Amino acid sequence: MDKTGEGGVVVTKLDDLLNWARLTSLFPMGFGLACCAIEMMGAYASGYDLDRFGIIPRASPRQSDVMIVAGTVTFKMADRVRRLYEQMPEPRYVISMGSCSNCGGPYWEHGYHVVKGVDRIIPVDVYVPGCPPRPEALIGGFLQLQEIIRKETIRAPRAVQQIMARRTQQGQPVADADETIEKAQHA
Amino acid sequence: MTFEELRDFILAEFGTEVILAEKPDNLQSYLLLQTERLPEVCLALHDNERTYFDFLSCLTGIDNGPEAGTMEVAYTLYSIPYNHHLTLKVQVPRNTTAGQPMPEIPSVSHIWRTADWHEREVFDMFGIRFTNHHDLRRILCAEDWEGHPLRKDYELQDYYHGIKVPYDNHNENSGFRGEPQQLTGIPTPFSDKREKPEV
Repeated sequence: MDKTGEGGVVVTKLDDLLNWARLTSLFPMGFGLACCAIEMMGAYASGYDLDRFGIIPRASPRQSDVMIVAGTVTFKMADRVRRLYEQMPEPRYVISMGSCSNCGGPYWEHGYHVVKGVDRIIPVDVYVPGCPPRPEALIGGFLQLQEIIRKETIRAPRAVQQIMARRTQQGQPVADADETIEKAQHA
Repeated sequence: MTFEELRDFILAEFGTEVILAEKPDNLQSYLLLQTERLPEVCLALHDNERTYFDFLSCLTGIDNGPEAGTMEVAYTLYSIPYNHHLTLKVQVPRNTTAGQPMPEIPSVSHIWRTADWHEREVFDMFGIRFTNHHDLRRILCAEDWEGHPLRKDYELQDYYHGIKVPYDNHNENSGFRGEPQQLTGIPTPFSDKREKPEV
């Protein structure tokens, strides 16, 4: 900015800065299940070049932000998918790519071995329809996910909310920030 | 060798009682063999210089359904040097209820190594036990899967590892309910579908 002579200060909100940083460097887990994975690989490759969105596949769930469930989830694979999801650090997102992982796809009625939608095992943020979806559709899914992340705020982190919700459900005590502040003010 | 020559070869080697039936006019002609004598016939067809069936193209299970009460296994043999084919079948009575023992067929995996995994697949999909098979485990379905999916009377299990299996009432069941997305003051409907409900 110094080079253009337009000043050296940018004013923003911390929320916006953090969200911008996260949504422009989404690392999906390098992970494919069926033919949708071929389209996913096509989207990574130079033709569609997901790298221009900062999307680069990571080889480990420990270092990835988003899981693309690209393909048919069988019951044999379901335990592995769930374990990989649980190995990802928060905040984590899931894109369900293609009819099979959305709802079972062509295996919905007679596919004894297919999980009828990956949302029966893990929470899904974006569903990408198609059989298989074109790389453009997957990119559209990523843009949707970016919009979801753009609306997030560190005042209400989703992971903490989920943990607190689970604790309320199990009848465990939950610390309420507002109540604590009120009590402190009255005291 | 033609189908007739191969049939005469088996008749000459093993006698008339080994062939229970034959279908020469079928699109793919086959011989129905005595189940317990299958391995020795196969071994002779494999080893004999005139037949030399060195290749087991395919091994398939067939369920004729509870009405017929039988199951079949078809063996498609091929000889690469002679370029001739032969289809053999064996038929076994079907077990209709879960408590009954599985139908048994002697294994041919010691003759053709291909048969090893094919027989495991037939065992997995149809529940036919191959005696003398050295490693008869499920090959496609998970280890703890219930039932044999290609049987005519197969019924889906309701839950597998806590995941609902059938598609029924999908619109009520779809969507992840395990972890509510937002913590609100209002108690949210919360049902962890991953657990099998208490009946």
